[in-house]
This record gives sequence, structure tokens and C-alpha cells, in this order.
Amino acid sequence: MGIQLYRIDDRLIHGQVVVGWGQPLDIGFLVLVDDLVASSDWEKDLYRMAIPPEMEIYFADVDTAIREHARYASDPRPGILITGDITSMLRLVRGVKAIGSVNLGGIHHRAGRAEKLRYVFLTPEEEAQLHSLEASGVEVLAQDVPSARARPLAEVLEGDGR
Amino acid sequence: MSDIQDAGAGKPRAIVVGHGEFSAGLVSAVGQICGLADKLVVLSNVGQSPQDIEATLRHELARTGARVIFTDLPGGSATIAARRIAKDNPELVLVSGVNLATLLDFVFSSADTPEQAARAAAERGKASLVVIERG
Repeated sequence: MGIQLYRIDDRLIHGQVVVGWGQPLDIGFLVLVDDLVASSDWEKDLYRMAIPPEMEIYFADVDTAIREHARYASDPRPGILITGDITSMLRLVRGVKAIGSVNLGGIHHRAGRAEKLRYVFLTPEEEAQLHSLEASGVEVLAQDVPSARARPLAEVLEGDGR
Repeated sequence: MSDIQDAGAGKPRAIVVGHGEFSAGLVSAVGQICGLADKLVVLSNVGQSPQDIEATLRHELARTGARVIFTDLPGGSATIAARRIAKDNPELVLVSGVNLATLLDFVFSSADTPEQAARAAAERGKASLVVIERG
């Protein structure tokens, strides 16, 4: 089975991930790829306590995730890999070269970002990073929950929040 | 978090925060049943970044003086944000998995401390979740 979903989500572990995707995909493990979280025992405990007992969670900084990716990919259980930002996912994609599709699950408002969907706000630099992802052969789809329509990147970038 | 409802004369004693309209619905039910919705502040995580959720929770705690936060899911973003606040605020009481019976017990509580009130309410809430047997 291995990783069924590569997701960019600034909330990292939360209801949409654990329940919204976790239940229908019968997720057995999560890989939280974040340099800050991976360096903090307190942060790791915070997210470890947020997942149900039937799920396992691995924490990794981006470099470790690149080295360990083959192990995640060969895990017999279905899993989800999450980064909190586009930069980390772009580094992972470039380091692994085996990721076919990336899910935009939540990039919320902050100064300098423009609204594309109600759950996707991007700076011009982040738009360029997403173009780089697609240029490297990765399909980029925005979809917050499984029941929502997956929107291709071109449609997302044309969006005005609706 | 734009959805804040704390109208009324009573001083809020807790914040209720969750996904979608979860909190608004629960607190509305409290108001319908006993008229004490003004004891609770309603917040939603809809459309909010983790930083926004945490900032709004901190603002509402400071504004109201409430020392209890009720959240819906243990693994939800509001719970994560509340746990970040609780790290530096040992007097804050965090209860996840809130339901209507929990809130009804809490708003009527005469316990000496917010923690005692929250713990008792959580027990009442757990006891209210039952499968009704046939017959």
C-alpha cells in the first residue's frame, strides 16, 4: 500500500486528515514531515496525542523523509504524508523523484497571500513553487476532503476564493 | 474566527470551539433548554490558519476571563491550538469531545473552581453517551 496521499496542509494533523481522509482510506500510518516539529519533543507529543490509537505516526525533517521514503512507500499499510508548506513538499519531491501527485489540503490566509479557494491562499512565490512541482511531473490537485471535487492547479490559480 | 456569539448579560465561563457550526449549534441548544447560552463563547475554526485559531482563543480568554475551553475532536486543529495555550497557562482547563450534556452540566455548576466544574461536566457528558436498548 504505502503512501496514498501526499498532502500540503498548514494545520498538519487535524480532523480532515485523521477522520476525513483517514477513515475512508483506512489509514494505518501518518508521516509528518516538518523540520520544526521533528526537532521538538513537545511538538511531537502534541501531534502524537492527536491521532487515534490505531494509527502510527512518524516524524521526520525533510532530509530524513527523503532518506526514509522507500521505507514509507513499501509499508504494507496505507499512509498519508503531510508537509505544512509548499517549500518542504517541493524539497521532498526533488529529493525522492517518485511522487506522482500532491494534494493541496489547506494553506490559509496570511499577509501577502491571495485567496484562490476558501482553503488555499498563495503568495506569488508559492504559485511559482507549485508551477515548479508540476514542471517536475507532479500532478497538483486541491481537495480538502475526499467528497470534494479535486481541482487541478490551473483552475486553482485562476480562482478568486469561490 | 469570525463567528463569535456571546450576547447576554452573564459573564462567559467557557469557550466552545470546533469544526463548522458545531459550537454554534451546541450553544444554541443550551440556550433553548435553559437560557444560559451567555455563559459560553462560540468559536469556529472554519477558514482559519493554526496561528489565527490560537490568536483568537488567546484573545477571547483574555477578554472574558474564561478558564475552560471545550473542543469537539481530540485531534482537531482547535484542540491543538488550545493545547499550545495550555502549555503556558496551567490554570486553563481543556476538555475535548464536548457534547450537549457536558455543557448543560457546566453552565449550572456551582463547583468551587473551573476545573472542578469542567471535570464534573465531562463525566456527565460521558455518561450521556449510551446506546438505548430496545424494549
